[in-house]
This record gives sequence, C-alpha cells and structure tokens, in this order.
Amino acid sequence: MKPNQTARSFAPRMLVILFGVLLAALTLSTLSIGPAHADEIGTEYDFRLSGNVQFDGDPVEGVLISAEGNGYEAEVNTDAEGKWTIGVPEKATYTVTLDEDTLPEGVVVAEGDNVFEAQFDLISTVSVNYFLGEGVRETTSFFDQFVNRFFNGLNFGLLLALAAIGVSLIFGTTGLSNFAHAELITFGGLMTLVFSVTLGLPIWLAILIAIALSGLLGFSLDAVIWKPLRRKGVAVIPLMIVSIGLSLALRYTYQFFFGGSTMQLPGAGMADLKFGPISLSPIDLASMGISVIVLLLVAFFLLRTRIGKATRAVSDNPSLASASGIDVDNVIRIVWVVGAALAGLSGVLWAYFRPGVSWDMGFQMLLLVFAAVTLGGLGTAFGALVGSLIVGLFVELSTLWLPSDMKYVGALVVLILVLLFRPQGILGRKERIG
Amino acid sequence: MIDWGAIFSNAAVELISPTTAAYALAALGLAVHFGYTGLLNFGQAGFMALGAYGYAISILTFGFPVWGAFLVGVGASVIFALILGIPTLRLRADYLAIVTIAAAEIVRLLFTTNTFAAVTGSANGLSGYKNEFAALNPLAEGSYGFGPFENNAYDTWLRIVAWSIVILAALLVWQVMRSPWGRVIKGIREDEDAVRALGKNVYAYKMQSLILGGVFGTVAGMIFALPRAVVPSNYQTTLTFFIYAILLLGGAATVLGPIIGSMIFWVLLSFFSGFIARAVEAGWLPFMTAIQGGQLRFILVGVAIMLIVIFRPQGIFGNKKELAFVR
Amino acid sequence: MSVNIVPTSPTGPSGKPVKTVDMHIGDAAPGCKKRDPILVVDGVRRSFGGLTAVDVDHVEVPRGAITALIGPNGAGKTTLFNLLTGFDKPDSGAWTFDGRPIAGVPAFKVARMGQIRTFQLTKALGLLTVMDNMLLGAKGQSGENFFRALLPFLWRKQETANEAKALDLLTRFKLDAKKDDYAASLSGGQRKLLEMARALMSDPTLVMLDEPMAGVNPALTQSLLDHILNLKAQGMTVLFVEHDMHMVRHIADWVIVMAEGKVVAEGDPHEVMKNPAVIDAYLGQHHDEDIGEDQPEHIEALKELLDDER
Repeated sequence: MKPNQTARSFAPRMLVILFGVLLAALTLSTLSIGPAHADEIGTEYDFRLSGNVQFDGDPVEGVLISAEGNGYEAEVNTDAEGKWTIGVPEKATYTVTLDEDTLPEGVVVAEGDNVFEAQFDLISTVSVNYFLGEGVRETTSFFDQFVNRFFNGLNFGLLLALAAIGVSLIFGTTGLSNFAHAELITFGGLMTLVFSVTLGLPIWLAILIAIALSGLLGFSLDAVIWKPLRRKGVAVIPLMIVSIGLSLALRYTYQFFFGGSTMQLPGAGMADLKFGPISLSPIDLASMGISVIVLLLVAFFLLRTRIGKATRAVSDNPSLASASGIDVDNVIRIVWVVGAALAGLSGVLWAYFRPGVSWDMGFQMLLLVFAAVTLGGLGTAFGALVGSLIVGLFVELSTLWLPSDMKYVGALVVLILVLLFRPQGILGRKERIG
Repeated sequence: MIDWGAIFSNAAVELISPTTAAYALAALGLAVHFGYTGLLNFGQAGFMALGAYGYAISILTFGFPVWGAFLVGVGASVIFALILGIPTLRLRADYLAIVTIAAAEIVRLLFTTNTFAAVTGSANGLSGYKNEFAALNPLAEGSYGFGPFENNAYDTWLRIVAWSIVILAALLVWQVMRSPWGRVIKGIREDEDAVRALGKNVYAYKMQSLILGGVFGTVAGMIFALPRAVVPSNYQTTLTFFIYAILLLGGAATVLGPIIGSMIFWVLLSFFSGFIARAVEAGWLPFMTAIQGGQLRFILVGVAIMLIVIFRPQGIFGNKKELAFVR
Repeated sequence: MSVNIVPTSPTGPSGKPVKTVDMHIGDAAPGCKKRDPILVVDGVRRSFGGLTAVDVDHVEVPRGAITALIGPNGAGKTTLFNLLTGFDKPDSGAWTFDGRPIAGVPAFKVARMGQIRTFQLTKALGLLTVMDNMLLGAKGQSGENFFRALLPFLWRKQETANEAKALDLLTRFKLDAKKDDYAASLSGGQRKLLEMARALMSDPTLVMLDEPMAGVNPALTQSLLDHILNLKAQGMTVLFVEHDMHMVRHIADWVIVMAEGKVVAEGDPHEVMKNPAVIDAYLGQHHDEDIGEDQPEHIEALKELLDDER
C-alpha cells in the first residue's frame, strides 16, 4: 500500500504540472507558424487537385491550400515554384480554400473568391488556380473580432442549450445519459432537408413538420425501447450502453439512406448584415430569436405549469414523486417528446450554423452537449442552459487564440478543469453519502 | 455465382490477425476497468491513439529503438490515466464516462490539428515506422503457416508478438483478479463505500486499475498501428464503442471473454462484409450499393450491442450469477 | 437465548446483560464528561442547503461500553456517523478517536485506526462470495499490493490464516454453511450479520453500527443482540443507532439522544427516557422530515406542486 499513498499525495501537484504542460503546448502552438512543408499530400489516392500560385509571374511559396469535402480533409503548402497537389480518395465535390493569411503582405486573391468548389467529372485531376493581385485585405481589429465571435458563440450556445435541456431532463427523470440524443439532433436536420428540398415545401413548414416528427420519434423511442427496459428494471449503466448501441445503429441507418455527403438547407449561406462591427446573417438572427423564445417557453413550462412542476419533482426525487401520486411514466413520456422535439429544432439550427446537414452532424455536437450538461450540473435544466452558453461562447471565443481546428479542445479542457474544482457542476448540488 | 471459399477464407484470416489481437487486448483493458472495477472508461480510443502515436513519433521524430518507443507510449498512457483519474475517480461513475470520452477526443483533435503537423502528420497521419520492428524479426524470409493463415516472415513475426502479448496480458489479469488485490477491485465494483469502510484506499485502487487497463489499451494501439499507418480518424469514439461491443459479447468480467469476443466479432464482421459485397455484385440485393453494405455492418453492430445488454448481459462466457454488470 | 461460543459470557446469571455503570463524571447532562472516553466530539456542524443537519457542541463516547444514539427521524444521527467516520466533511468542528485527532482524515484511514462502521442499508458486496466478503475485511494484507499480488507465494500464508479466522467468525455468526455462496443470495438479516462479521475481521476497537436491526427478521433479532453484547465482552466499544427503544433499553449502557442535529439528552437508558427534552423531541417530530431527510432542497418542486393543490 505504500506506493499508493505517495501517489496520492503527489497527485494534485502532478496534475497541475500536467495541465501546465498542456496549456503551454496550446499556447506555443498559436505562436508557431504552420511548420508543414509538404507540397504534395494524399499522393496515395488516384484523384488529384492541383494548382499553381503566382503573383505577377513570380511563384509564391508557402501559401496554405486546404481541401475539404466528402468527409475528407487535407492541406498543403505551395512549394518554391508555387505549385501544390492534394490527392483525394473519391470523385466528389471539394471545397478548396487558399488561406489569405499566408500570402505576402499587400497581396490578395484578386478575382473571385479564395474559396473554390472543385468538381471531378471525367478527369482524375482538377486544376484550381487563383489569380492574385495587389490589394489590402480588410483586417478587423481585435475588439471587432471579439464582438463578432461573441455573438456567434451566443448563437451556438443557445442552439446547444435546446439539445442540452433535453439531455438534462431525460437524465434527471430516468438517470439515463442518452448518447442517442445526437441522432435526435441529426433527425431534425434530415427531416427538414427531406420536406424542404426533396418535397419542396416552404422551409417554415418543413421545420415545423421536422420538429413534430422529432417529438414523435422521442415518443416512439420511449414506448418501444425505454419504457419496457424501465419496466424490466434495467440499471442505469446498461441503459446507457443500450443508448450507445442505438446511437450507432441510427447513425449508420441515416448514412445508409442519406449517404455521406453534406447537403444544404434552403437559405443557408445568406449574406451577412452589418450592425456596426457585428456581421450576422438574417438566419443567425432568426436562429437566436427562435432559441430565446423556445427557451423562455421551456422555462415557463417547467416553472409555471402543473406538468412542468411534476417533471421537476420527478427529477428531484422519483420515488417520492411517485409516492405523492404523480404519474411518473407519463412525466417521462412527456420529457421524451419535449426533449426530442427540442433536439430536432436544435438540429435544424445546427444545420444552418455549421452549415449543412449530414448523417453525423449530431454526433459532432454530442460531446459539447454533454460538456454543457455536466458543466451546469447533471440533471438541472437551468444548469444545462448556463453550461451551454459557456461552452458556446468558449468554443467561439477560443478561436481568437487557438487555431480553429482546435476550438473544441479548449471547451473539453475546461470541462475537465471544472470537474476538478467544482465536481457538482456550476449549478449542481452536492451528493449525500450514506 | 458467389465465391463462398473466398468469403470464408477472408473471414478465417481475421481469426488471428494482428487487428483482432489489438482489439482483444484493448477489450481486456476495458474488462479490467469496466467488468472488474466498474469504471466507465469511454476513452479507450484515446489510450490506443497514445500508444500508436507515441510509438510512431518516437521512432520517426526521435529515432528511438523499439523498446524506447514502447516505453514512451506506455509512459504517455500512464500520464493520461493520471490526468483522467485525478479529477474524476472521486466522483460518480457517469462523470468518468463523460471525462474519458472528452479526453479521448482532445487527444484525437491534438493529433489531427495542423498546428503539430510536422510531428503528427495532421489528418494524414504517420507511416514508415515499421522497419525497426521488422529488423527484430528472427524468422528467415519465406512463408509460414497454412491455408488462410499463411503469411510472409514479417506478418508471421507480427502475429507471434501480438498474440504473445495478448496471452501474457490475459495471464496477468487472471492472476491479479484471483489475488487479494483483485478482491478489493471487485469489491469496489460492488460498493465502493463498503470497501472504504473496511480501510481500503479506494481512490488508489481505482487509479491502479485505470492505469493497468489503459496500458493494455496503449499496447493494443501499438499492435493496431503495426500493420497499417497511424491515421487520427481511426481513433474516434466509435472505436471505443466497438471495443465495448466486443467486451459485452465475450463477457465483461471474464479473462477469455474479450479475446474470444474479438475473434468472433472480426470473423463475423469480415464474413458479413464479404458476403454483402459479393451479394451486391451478384445482384442479389438490388436495393443496395456496396457502400451501403458497409454501413449495414455498423447498423448491425449497434443493434447487437443493444440486444446483448438487454438479453445476455453477462456475455458469452460470463457467469449468469456473477452478472457481469455494474449497477 | 443462543449458545455463546465466546468464553466471556455477555449475560449475567439471571440471563440479563451485564450493564457497565458509572461511566460519566458529574450529572448525566448533554455533553457530560466520561471517565474514559474513546471518542470526543467538539463543535461539529454540518448543513445541507439551509438546514443544519448536525450541530453538536460536545459529546463523549465511553470506552468499553455499548452506547446507543437515538432520536427521531431527521435528527442527524446518520449524518453524524458519516462525519465521524470520514464519509462526509463537516462545515466546522474537530473530534478525537483514542486521543488522536481525526477530523479531516479520509474514511479508509479512520477504518485502519480501528474505528469500523456498518451502514443503514446493508452493503454486502453481492457478487462476491461470503468468504471473499470476509477476507476483504482483514487488515494489512500484503497481497493487496498490485505487484505482490502477482507472486502468490508472498501472500498465500497470510491468506490461509485469514481464511481460518474468517471461518471461525462465520461459524460464530452461523454463516459458515454459506461461505461459498454469493452474498447477494443471503437474506436481509444474514447480510446484516455478514456485515458485522466482516467488520470484526479487522479487530476494531470501536464498532459503529448504523441501525443494525432495521429490516431484520424478528427470529434473527435475538442472535444479533447477543452478537452486539459479545463485542463488548471481547473488549470492544460499540456505538449504534437504533429506533427500537425496547432493544436500546435491553443492551445499551449509555444513551445519547439527538434531535434536530443537537444532542438534547444523555444518560442511563432507563433514566433518559423520562427526560422531558427527549419526550419533546419525539412528540415534536415533523412528519415530513421522515422522507426528505437532510435534503430539503430535493423536494422543492414537489412542495410547489402540493401548494398549488391546496
């Protein structure tokens, strides 16, 4: 037993050191300029994107070009002759981006955009050329960037909250950490896509139908899977593993029917409106408005209505609530319907925020939802809201310092740190032992 | 019409493939965590990634010998286990689940980001670290084994090493779990407050269990990396879920369960995808493309996880009485 | 009366337990000094949300005697148990065990010092055998170190000795026939017995039993009582929480009464029940404290709901 005791007493100090190293690594990473020197990447694939970056007939070296699409991502720097090649696995549409920050000072992409949609038809190599010219890029001040990110983060946090409240209510009333919530989110996005794009209904109607169907899915999941399992007396952890299996099965069912590509909802990518330093699209504004209204409705439901109070009572103490004559099964059914409908709405808003609908979009967000719920304190609906806003803001604001492909890292590190110092979450209550 | 021979022999290959060994070892680590101690580690993919990257980076960037690279990977996973365990092992079981899954994603994102591309190869990962391991091969050039199990010298060497490690790990688990140490561990699974009231340092035991299972995961990551390249997208959360599927299939609180579970899982998966691919080719499944056939596998894995947990929670090898489940 | 295997008989010639007397100094008032206290508690406070669950100024537990801790539901008895054994942390306060200050000492270290507790809801380790449950109780096992666990010859001898001791205890508690069964297969009363036997594996000096009689089949009650009396006969100190006043009167040497977190009375079991403070405590008990014990904030929503209906 001796070694254990020493390990224990050194543990907190070790942890501080470890986190210190991690933070130092993250800080350093923002200081160093992308050290990749490869001018060719993905050469094992048959299909290639390639191009040449020149300014006034002279090659420009070290310009970062990235390609993304069909679930594949790669990036490369131009070589001394300004050339670059990116191999891709399949003939599909790829978004090729030239990172303007890596161009020499005073040089910009003159004609067209720095983003290019490259499509493979019959050929196996597609050339993507950018035309550079002299010009001054508009650089935004740190404050303006901060304000912009702040509103983006708020938007993201609000849509996260819609999903998180469902997770939290389900956890509170049934003890289940529902991993399949990700698929409820995706379901909302996919159904909106089906009714608006495929069936040509107006978008508002498509969204309403999608939310209604999400609620119905929640109802059926409870009726077909969760209620019988509760009756059977299956414990919390096996339930959680069942939800993991369900998540896996549903996710690949979506991919089975909808394929692996990302599809856009109508109106996505609308131009931004300027409000002083803030630029937001009408969709962003609508998204925030809808989130706030729906969250207020949920708050009203929980605080003022009979069934909402019953929900909180079940969440606080299920056996006591049951003994007081509350129909616990009915409350749980309502929680599933409401939670799933909120997740569906969250999925629609997430589809506009990302942007795009894809089979695994909910799963990409799931961990952040869990982080939000845990931060707020497991099982408290209002904690979930606060946690979501913190996660949303943190993810977006962290891109001011962190490279954008590491923005989720910051949020997840914060989750671990919060658990270290306030394990019951921000609004959670302490556990009683004995 | 359908080449059944090819389907069966391709499936048989999986029986002793290094990948099967890697999954078996990772699942054995989870058996220590989940089956014996009751720790919900959902970050096994993170431990595997640390092993694979720790090994590959040590060799490619620092030019370490094989044993040095091995120790780097193991050391990284011990540190990772401490980072995970210190904040969460005092808390409720579901907190550990969320923190481990988050930490595994952090690890994967750090290996994916372009910021460290010079060392990690970002999204494309790393390759070309096999020569050092191949140089240790005592077997002469040539072909070994028979039928579907016939392999060249390197592949045979890899299989021998991989399965030797799995057998050693299984013996180790078997021995510690029938010792007083294992008794404390299983007691913690049942009720940690009771064990604490008997004067055992529950926190330290949980930490030891987390490290032991995590090191198994890390070594599994190295075995997993040796027949292929190290690519970050291989270490997603789904990998952890697959290992859970294997563990549940075999039986969570058993030594042989994870190993046989891995064999069954891979043979069935290979058989199924071989069959679907050829059936689609032969036009038996006109409503399905070959890609969709691949997705069908994952749907079935998901359904299988649900069915096992509901109808046979002790797995194939678990004792019905010693229900291999934590409440 | 069951047969006692222990040489020292806990009962006198009349069949009644031999009571320890004259343990206190001065009047038998709340917080009075004891001649030889094993546990001394000073200013221990613990609140949950707004409610103060425990607020004990001073209390001493006499050595070598059986002390009962009684009080209405919600009086804070279990919370005090949790605090004294390191399972919960107080807002303030200090206490000593055997003269050593143990406030802030983690539960497992408290147990190693010889202060062993049981739980109100039995914590038999269901999927371990009865024998494994017992062996887990033994102290200082070298095989509980991970590296030594790998080398059985280092711990085999100690294991065999522990098994013999466990079997002896199991025989005394009439559980020897069940030694290879899973603890989950035992009845509620047998689990209580197992938990007590397991606690004895570590040769404790102070045994703290949280409602040892709760949920026990009446047929087993007498033998459980004898076992508790035996502990004293063997020189151990017992502190137990109990509701059954008949039983308290029968075996306790000293009684401490708690109400609303405070110690309201102390004394001899026959005298203390006549104390008006005790009668008040039991009569003034609020019925709703029964359910939401120590966690008033957990029923907030339910209260709102009930208010609506009024």
